[in-house]
Amino acid sequence: MTHPLAAGTVGTPAVNIGIFAVFVLITLVIVFRASRSSKTAVDFYAAGHAFTGPQNGIAIAGDYLSAASFLGIAGAIAIYGYDGFLYSIGFLVAWLVALLLVAELLRNTGKYTMADVLSFRMKQKPVRTAAATSTLAVSFFYLLAQMAGAGGLVALLLGVTSKTGQAVVIAIVGVIMIAYVLIGGMRGTTWVQIIKAVLLIIGAAVMTVWVLSKFGFNLSNLLGEAVEKGGKAGETLLYPGAQYGKTGTTKLDFLSLGLALVLGTAGLPHVLMRFYTVPTAKEARRSVTWAIGLIGLFYLFTLVLGYGAGALVGPAEIKAAPGGVNSAAPLLAFHLGGEILLGLIAAVAFATILAVVAGLTITASASFAHDIYANVIKDGAADDKAAEVRVARITAVVIGLVAILGGILANGQNVAFLVALAFAVAASANLPTILYSLFWKRFNTSGALWSIYGGLIVTVVLIVFSPVVSGKPVDPKTGKSLSMLQGVDFHWFPLDNPGLVSIPVSFLLGYLGTVLSKDKADAAKYAEMEVRALTGHGAEQAVQH
Amino acid sequence: MTGLFLAWYLLYVLLADYAHEFMSQKLFGNINVALVFGLLQFLSTFLITWAYIRFADRKLDPLSAEIRASLEETP
Repeated sequence: MTHPLAAGTVGTPAVNIGIFAVFVLITLVIVFRASRSSKTAVDFYAAGHAFTGPQNGIAIAGDYLSAASFLGIAGAIAIYGYDGFLYSIGFLVAWLVALLLVAELLRNTGKYTMADVLSFRMKQKPVRTAAATSTLAVSFFYLLAQMAGAGGLVALLLGVTSKTGQAVVIAIVGVIMIAYVLIGGMRGTTWVQIIKAVLLIIGAAVMTVWVLSKFGFNLSNLLGEAVEKGGKAGETLLYPGAQYGKTGTTKLDFLSLGLALVLGTAGLPHVLMRFYTVPTAKEARRSVTWAIGLIGLFYLFTLVLGYGAGALVGPAEIKAAPGGVNSAAPLLAFHLGGEILLGLIAAVAFATILAVVAGLTITASASFAHDIYANVIKDGAADDKAAEVRVARITAVVIGLVAILGGILANGQNVAFLVALAFAVAASANLPTILYSLFWKRFNTSGALWSIYGGLIVTVVLIVFSPVVSGKPVDPKTGKSLSMLQGVDFHWFPLDNPGLVSIPVSFLLGYLGTVLSKDKADAAKYAEMEVRALTGHGAEQAVQH
Repeated sequence: MTGLFLAWYLLYVLLADYAHEFMSQKLFGNINVALVFGLLQFLSTFLITWAYIRFADRKLDPLSAEIRASLEETP
C-alpha cells in the first residue's frame, strides 16, 4: 500500500473531489426544490414551522455535529487521549439544559429568533439590538472555526498546502454555502443538515464497527494498542490530564472549558432557531430527544474512532500530516478502507462544514433582518415582508463573504478549540439572559442589556488578553507558538477559555442591572409570557402549503 | 432536576480535573474509572431524557392542554 503521504496528500484528490461534487449536486437540487416555498418570512426563517419533531431532531444533530465534533474530537482523543473525550461529554450533557429549560418555552414564546423571546416583556429596540449583536458575535466565532476547519481539510485531502490554494477552496465552500441559504432559506438549510446528519452517522458507524473488528470487538484491546502506539504519552492517554493536567492553571482551564461547553449549547442562536421549525412545543421536545439520541451515539463512535486513530495510525503520523490534529479521522479512514472510504469520509467532512455554516449564516442573517431591520429600523412595520426577506438574503451574502475572509485568516487553529470559545460567548452573553427572562419575574430591560452586552464584552476581552491570542511559548522545533499572533505578548488572563470567569460575571451583571435600575418589570407581561411559554397558548402556528 | 444533573456533571469534571490517581485506576483490562465515569455521563443523559419525556407526556401536556382549552373558551 502506498504510503498515504507519498504525494503530500492522502488518497487521490480526484476521488475526494468527485464524491464531494456528487453530494453538492444532490443537495443543490433539493435546495432548489425547497426554494419554491421560501418566499415569505415565515418560510425563509422558520420553514413554515412545518418540520416534524424527528426530522428536526436529525437536522439539529446535523447542525450541531460540526467539523469540531468529527475531526477535532477524534484528533484530540488520538493525540491527547482522554482529555479529548471531555469535549464530547460537555457537548452532550449540555443538551439537557436545552431540553429541560429552554426548547419548549422558547418555541411557545417566540417567532423566529432568540431576540423574540428576550425582548418579549422588555423594551423592544434596545434588547433586540443587544440580542442581535450577541447572535452575530457567536455566529462569527463559530463560523471562523468551521471555515478554518475547511482549510485544514483541504490541505490534507486535496494536497493543497499553499495558503493561497487553501484560500481558494475556502472561498468555494463559502460560495456554495451562500447559495444554499440564498436559494433555499431555512427549508433548504434544514434538508442539507438532515442529509449530512444521516451520512455522517452512517459513515462514523461503519468506521467504528470496522475499527472494533480489528480488535476483536474488544474495547480494552483497542485502548491497549493506542497506548502502545502512543509513544511517550503511553498510559496517560487513558485518563484525564495529558493535555490539561500539567499545572494548576491548565486544570482551571479544563474546568472553564467544561462549564462553557455544558452551558453554551442552550445559548447558541443557531441551535435555538432550530426549535422554531416545528409546529408545536411538544414537537420541539421530540426534536431535542432525537437530537440527544443521535448526538450521544455519534460521540460514542468518536471515542472509538479517536483511540482507533491513535492505535492504527499513531500520533506521530497524525501530527506530521498536513492538517495536523484534525487529520486523525481522515487518516484512519484511509488506513481502513483506502481511497474510497477516505473519499467518502472526506466528502462527509466537507458536507459537515457546509451544513453547519449554512445554519449559522441563516441564523445571523435572520437575526439582522428580523431583529434589527424589521423591528428596530423599520419599527415593526409588517407591510413589506418581501423587503425583509430581501434584506435577509443580502445579509447572508455579506456574512458569507466575512466568513470566507475570517476562515482564510484563522486557518490553522484547532477547530474544536475555536468552537469552545464560541460556546463561552454563548454561555456568558446569552444563557443567563434567557434563563432570567423566562424564570425571573423581576428581570427588566436594564438587566437584559447588562447581561448581554456585559457578558459579551467580558468574554471577548478575556479572550483577546488570553494566551489564545498572544503569548504562548514558542515551540523550538517549529519556531512558532500556538497563539494566533506571533511575536507579541500582551496576555494577562491566564486561561485559554474564559468561561469560569465570564459566566458567573454575566449572571451577576444581569442581577445587578435589574436591581440597580428604577425600571419595574412588567408584571402583566411576565404573567402573559409564563402562560404562553408553559401552555402554548398564542404560539406561532405552522403554515400549510 | 437541572441542578442535580449539573452537579453530577460538575462532579465528573472536577474528578477528571483533580483526581487523576482515582480516575486512572483500571477496572477491566484497559477500561479504567475515567472511562466508566465518562460513559455513565452518557447513560445518565439518556435516562434523564427518557424520564423527562415520560413526565411531560403524563403530567405537563394534559395540564397545559387543559389551560389552553379554558383560555380559548373565554371570550
